[in-house]
Amino acid sequence: MIRLLVRKVVEIIAVIILFSLQITLFKRLEIASVSPNLLIIIVATVGLLSGSREGMFIGFVSGLFIDMYFSSYLGVYALIFLFIGYVIGLFKQILIPTDIKLPLFLILLADFMYNGFVYVFQYMFRGDFSFVYYLTNVVMPEMMYTIIVALFVYPIYLKISNSLDEYEKKGASKFG
Amino acid sequence: MLGNVKKISRKKAKLSNKYVLLILSTICVISIFIGLNFNISGGPLKNVADFCFVPMQKGLNNIGLYLSNRMEELKTIRVIMKENEALQNKVDELLSENANLKLEQYELESLRELYALDKKYPSYKKTAARVISKDPGNWFDTFIIDKGSADGIEVDMNVIAGSGLVGIVTDVRKHSATVTTIINDSSNVSGMMLSTSDYCIVRGSIKSMNDNQTIVFDTLNYLNDMITEGEQVVTSNISDKYLEGILIGYVTTIKIDPNNLTKSGTITPIVDFAHLEEVLVILEKKKYD
Repeated sequence: MIRLLVRKVVEIIAVIILFSLQITLFKRLEIASVSPNLLIIIVATVGLLSGSREGMFIGFVSGLFIDMYFSSYLGVYALIFLFIGYVIGLFKQILIPTDIKLPLFLILLADFMYNGFVYVFQYMFRGDFSFVYYLTNVVMPEMMYTIIVALFVYPIYLKISNSLDEYEKKGASKFG
Repeated sequence: MLGNVKKISRKKAKLSNKYVLLILSTICVISIFIGLNFNISGGPLKNVADFCFVPMQKGLNNIGLYLSNRMEELKTIRVIMKENEALQNKVDELLSENANLKLEQYELESLRELYALDKKYPSYKKTAARVISKDPGNWFDTFIIDKGSADGIEVDMNVIAGSGLVGIVTDVRKHSATVTTIINDSSNVSGMMLSTSDYCIVRGSIKSMNDNQTIVFDTLNYLNDMITEGEQVVTSNISDKYLEGILIGYVTTIKIDPNNLTKSGTITPIVDFAHLEEVLVILEKKKYD
């Protein structure tokens, strides 16, 4: 039981670190007034490597963090990230972890989904329909910057995840 | 055999992913509706998060400041290296000293500015706060300051910096508060032209901010034709949340609307939103009579 909790604790620590970096350090390293979305990287990575269940859990937690600080209603971002974690987790079956092309593509997809949700819920519903403008000026730059950061974050988390897998297997064989 | 049975029963006991998704989504939706209808969001949960994040944010923010300072330093050193290699050692020495002095000078200037501002709006009680982190996405312009309800800050208090309006407090926790700026895409401020006291609505806009660092205003009365570029715009007396007479910015462009009744245009805000470090929170709220 404790061995299963270790994974959750590691994931939550990763989210806390990335969230804090995202709203402080990376806001000072803005390029063309755009900063990368680190939380999307961790949600998509966890979802991909450990499946929908973990993806949803980590998406819910990181969404909650954003809600607590930057959203007027608790639950908006939690819902968006929850859904993204679930969808990305569905791709676990076709993943080859050492090949970085599919994860990077899915992180791009996740970031696009996130921005799409934010646009639809918070801009389009206010009657702002200039999607093409936002796509070229906000969404695309953010996706590019995010993917560059993901090139570093994904391999690191892959290593952590592998050693977690081994740790859990050891525990399972001991009991079996 | 026994193991097999155990395995099956465990599988049945575990909820399928779809149900988990459904349950968590329902929780989110309920929470959003509670927030919408009863105007409560988070409550004690937020203070718990505060306890964990605020010290981290302060530390990391200082690292960010340190890095950007070092980057500036490196740039200046490089230029001088090309110019005179012979005096390199001396230049290095002087530069580091110079950087320190510059930092001190900068601090002095910003403190002086704050002091001057303090005199400009004398009737209000204010408290200075430091910006410790910003919105995680690129859609909104909100930030967090390092003072909260423990320092007497409440929702709807006005925030100023330099010599103009920054925004309004939209969320308060024990030791931090969230400020929504006037350049945020969903912000609306009731403004007033200083010379004629004509009312207008000032709105934040990503587009206008990206294109030429301005915010937009509209529904300005057309009949009074005295407003030109360079006119000062301040918060109006009819605003229900913003205190009267705080400078927002200067009119940059102005044009007649197609309806021939109103005018609209853009305003250059007086505050430099890209480099906000210290702000003043006015500890008074607008009162209704």
